[in-house]
Amino acid sequence: MSEHIVSVRVYITIFLVLLVGTALTVLAAFIDFPWRLNTIVALTIAVVKATFVVLYFMHVRYSSRLVWVIVASALFWMGILFALTFSDYLTRDWISTQTG
Amino acid sequence: MRPIESFEVPAPPRVNYINAQYGLKSWLLTKDHKRIALLYLGSITFFFFIGGLYALMIRLELLTPQGDLLQSTTYNKVFTQHGIIMIFFFLIPSIPATLGNFLIPMMIGAKDLAFPRINLLSWYIYLLGGVITIYALLAGGVDTGWTFYTPFSTTFSNSYVVATGLGIFINGFSSILTGLNFIVTIHTMRAPGMTWFRMPLFLWSHYATSLIMILGTPVVAITILLLAFERVARVGIFDPALGGDPVLFQHLFWFYSHPAVYIMVLPSMGVISELIANFSRKNIFGYSFVAFSSLAIAVFGFLVWGHHLFVTSQSVYAGMIFSFLSFAVAIPSAIKVFNWTATLYRSSISYDTPMLYALGFIGLFTVGGMTGLFLASLATDVHLSDTYFVVAHFHYIMVGGALMGYLGGLHYWWPKIAGRMYPEGWGRFSALIIFVGFNLTFLPQFIAGYLGMPRRYHAYPPEFQVFNVLSTAGASILGFGMLIPAIYFVWSMRYGKHAESNPWHLPGLEWRTQSPPPTENFEVTPIVTWEAYEFAPREETEVVGKFRPELERI
Ligand code: HEM
Ligand SMILES: [Cu+2]
Repeated sequence: MSEHIVSVRVYITIFLVLLVGTALTVLAAFIDFPWRLNTIVALTIAVVKATFVVLYFMHVRYSSRLVWVIVASALFWMGILFALTFSDYLTRDWISTQTG
Repeated sequence: MRPIESFEVPAPPRVNYINAQYGLKSWLLTKDHKRIALLYLGSITFFFFIGGLYALMIRLELLTPQGDLLQSTTYNKVFTQHGIIMIFFFLIPSIPATLGNFLIPMMIGAKDLAFPRINLLSWYIYLLGGVITIYALLAGGVDTGWTFYTPFSTTFSNSYVVATGLGIFINGFSSILTGLNFIVTIHTMRAPGMTWFRMPLFLWSHYATSLIMILGTPVVAITILLLAFERVARVGIFDPALGGDPVLFQHLFWFYSHPAVYIMVLPSMGVISELIANFSRKNIFGYSFVAFSSLAIAVFGFLVWGHHLFVTSQSVYAGMIFSFLSFAVAIPSAIKVFNWTATLYRSSISYDTPMLYALGFIGLFTVGGMTGLFLASLATDVHLSDTYFVVAHFHYIMVGGALMGYLGGLHYWWPKIAGRMYPEGWGRFSALIIFVGFNLTFLPQFIAGYLGMPRRYHAYPPEFQVFNVLSTAGASILGFGMLIPAIYFVWSMRYGKHAESNPWHLPGLEWRTQSPPPTENFEVTPIVTWEAYEFAPREETEVVGKFRPELERI
């Protein structure tokens, strides 16, 4: 197994990035954004953080193409979960029930 | 026939995986996939027995319309625990962890699975999950139903929800590790010449099952975690009182749990493909269709979960999509059934015990699958949801399908596993008893459910009693029928006739090594030059009923 050695500096940098991300999340929680932006902002920060974790802490950035395929298929699968769940949530009020 | 020389030169003592080493330690620290399979066999049998005791209590309570044996709260716990034990600790590991573990390396001509230590680890994780769950049951039990629906499970239930959830959460990792091991093994460890399309169909179905295990199990793990967060820390996720959405729980739960029903039945379909081809001594009809239908089931199985939510506040538009997709997933299942039947056509069938189970499977699975379509239709489901019709539907698939396949496979490979034959007469007798008992148990439940008997109540209107009496009578016959194999399998380990290496006279790789196999499975790595289920020389494969003479049954 050819292990890619990641320098400690990279780890520390990523760690700091994650801390900043956490701080941003907390900060954003105190601001009330219009429309649905509250959720969108929080999720965007979370996704960015998760991407760093996957790329660096989990070494995907230095891994073979096969590993990339696996990651992609996992994301695709999560996409199915989201898409079909939203087929429910986004269409619930298309129809109005008499009983309310 | 043994060659004459073997009488003159005394054969060296045959070392096999069972007698290669002795002592408890040699079992608890083993890395041999065959021994690990036996460890699993013992443990799932234990859980099956516990689950069976709960079933007995359910059927006894329902013998009369009044709730006279158990209180309603106790009854809630009993059916919940029956479901949890049977699904998570028996059916999900059943075929993959025992027969799959034992046979996957042997069928592809490998010495072991790709990660033997991880294989052992998966068993310990399974045990840990099991012990925690049993602790939860002893400490006071759990009453949410095996589905853990919120907000009852997060807010109102006073039972051991978190402890049970933890047990299932941990157990999930054992399933993930098993799936991972199988996938890597099938990809990387096939013997020379064992191409993908020469693999026995058992392997295709296990490959598909492993995909579901890896892609689905993490989702249920996270769902349980979220449930625990809400229950313990009151974080609002599912409980409307806290700003959550209970239907979200059902989405997440069924995203795993519908595919999980295929984790239970796909391996069984793999066993049935082996049995049908081998006991009719004919290449399976449409090999690649059967192989790919396993993958299709694995993939499409992920797209139908909303059929469990038709009577919730799920949008009707989502309901229409899920209903349509549920009908679509019936297609690959039907492909299998038709191809098995076509294989039987004009073949030379022998009615040994495993084949009896296989034939039983085809009929029972068909009933289970067809009634699934009733439930997948938006309008009929409103009438049938949460009635005994649903209970009958999934028992036809999980007991009539998955369990029959498991028993059939266990009989079929028993000579290889134990090196001994089971008593054939008793085998056929008990297979018939089980078939009759099963149908008597669950057919009346279809009718009771159709007439409106709800599930999960300990008391019911008296007009349903006749169906419940029939069902309890059937369950007694079924239970009795299952005791017979339990007894003769144990008996045969000591007293059964010694099995030859190839007692059924079949071409598969697992039959080309001694019974029981040596620790490394094969003395020399086999080189595969034949197709799966090749009963006739190539040029004669089309001529039905004409076999290689040395493979002819005696
Ligand atoms: C042919 C494909 C199938 C279809 C279309 C189908 C359809 C359905 C539907 C619509 C329900 C929900 C009924 C309700 O609650 O109102 C259901 C319940 C269920 N099905 Fe199936 N099913 C199929 C195959 C299977 C298989 C293969 C299994 C198991 C191995 C299975 C196990 C279950 C279980 C466990 C439930 C009840 C879950 C619960 O509420 O406790 N089904 N099925
Ligand atoms: Cu389902």
